[in-house]
Amino acid sequence: MTGVELRGRLLAPGAAAGRALVLDEPLSLWGGVDPATGRIVETRHPQHGVRITGTVLVLPRARGSSSSASVLAESVRAGTAPAAIVLGESDLILALGAAVAEELYGTRVPVLVLDPGRLALLRDGAAVRVEEDGSLLVD
Amino acid sequence: MRLVVRAAEVLDADRLIPITGAHVDSCLYHGEATLDFAGRLVAGGAQVSVPTTLNVGALDLLHPELWHGDLRTAERGRLLMERYRALGCRPTYTCAPYQLPEARPRLGEQVAWAESNAIVFCNAVLGARTNRYGDFTDIACAITGRVPDAGLHRTEARRARLVLRMAADLPAALFDDDAFYPVLGIVLGRRAGSVVATLDGLPANQSEDRLKAIGAAAASSGSVAMFHAVGSTPEAPTLAAALQDHDPDAIGEISFAELRHARDELTVAAEGASLRGVALGTPHASLTELTRILDLLASDRVAPGVELMVSTARDILDSAQAVGIADRLRGAGVSLLVDTCSYIAPVLRDGDGAVMTDSGKWAYYAPGNIGAAVVFGSTAECVASAVAGRVVRLPSAWDAA
Repeated sequence: MTGVELRGRLLAPGAAAGRALVLDEPLSLWGGVDPATGRIVETRHPQHGVRITGTVLVLPRARGSSSSASVLAESVRAGTAPAAIVLGESDLILALGAAVAEELYGTRVPVLVLDPGRLALLRDGAAVRVEEDGSLLVD
Repeated sequence: MRLVVRAAEVLDADRLIPITGAHVDSCLYHGEATLDFAGRLVAGGAQVSVPTTLNVGALDLLHPELWHGDLRTAERGRLLMERYRALGCRPTYTCAPYQLPEARPRLGEQVAWAESNAIVFCNAVLGARTNRYGDFTDIACAITGRVPDAGLHRTEARRARLVLRMAADLPAALFDDDAFYPVLGIVLGRRAGSVVATLDGLPANQSEDRLKAIGAAAASSGSVAMFHAVGSTPEAPTLAAALQDHDPDAIGEISFAELRHARDELTVAAEGASLRGVALGTPHASLTELTRILDLLASDRVAPGVELMVSTARDILDSAQAVGIADRLRGAGVSLLVDTCSYIAPVLRDGDGAVMTDSGKWAYYAPGNIGAAVVFGSTAECVASAVAGRVVRLPSAWDAA
């Protein structure tokens, strides 16, 4: 699918572009991603070892630990964060992690919620753009 | 306050409500960003406005000799723990604040808690009300004394949407096996995701330690912030009460096969692997659990070459010290860790071989966090293994065909 525009709700503001990294299963950033390398370290995750840095990270929902906000902020500081996060369910922890990262370092990682039906349209590796108005463009 | 208002926007709340307490997870070092944030709060002269407990930090401040990692990380971790203390938080450094009598909110009380297992325990077992607050938001709520009036702070959001029944093929003896409860939690988390579910068909009046084990595992495998267990949790004296007299959106069954599969999956070490350590006390051991470990040890000692480490809270350690349990555990070769957890801090001795645990949460996170090859078993199996110096399996209800 190309040239499609999907509407979502921005939990953390910003605009970003990158390749979609569509996760097959939910992920907890804490315990799931090493902020030093940006790689998925959770051994049970099907995408174990994959690097999330610079991607538009697409996942059905966040999972687990409340420390994920810190891991997101630290990965922004370390330059290993995804360019944007697209979720199928609202998540306060990631939204506020992104807000603090912007406050501390001036870097925005937009966090967008799409309804799960629309989220399912996104294909791994597609070039996508998140816009300031909460739309998501698939090139 | 900006963060609290942002949280209200994300949650679609139209007002803020006061809270009576908070539990803050932000004191665990995850890199310089966490220190930068706390440093800004301290520099601004912020203080918490409600009684606030602290979650685990990066290291055991009372037993620094247990740290085997690099010294700079230890120093940064210690500095972060001190910064949160400077903000007026109590230095409890425990993931189980609900085990401290003075930190237990009552039924219906509004609080802001972080730490996934504590959040579930607060909602499910205490019947106090919190959303799934994360790092940064937790301290922002503690400073402002306010939370968005949304989600689990509101009665209607607390009703069970999903009923999970224990299938008829579960052997009755399974309910007496302590390993059943974390495994049930893993299945609950997978099945419920972020939905409030009620467990139906468990024996009534489950102990807090077992409910703790369910909640901690469910919050690891899923985004569970609350569950009910009919006959055990305060908002579920009956199934109808858990459902708030509504129909559930879905009803499912948990079968013996599903539980056995989940239990087997928690073990990632190869069959026949040697044993280097045993990690108990995730979430932090209660005084009852410490006593049970001592009973299981009887007059035995931990085998040479194996480390049996039990994580607990410094306040619980004080109580254990007062009744003589701590010294007896140490005398039997047990290491007692406080203020942190053995899958967060580099405290277990390096070496080849597997680490055994009775915790669903520990089993879930340790392979990724500290690279441990995990063997999951009951508390009795863990202690027997520590004594034997190899992985010991005891006959149990899991063996039933």
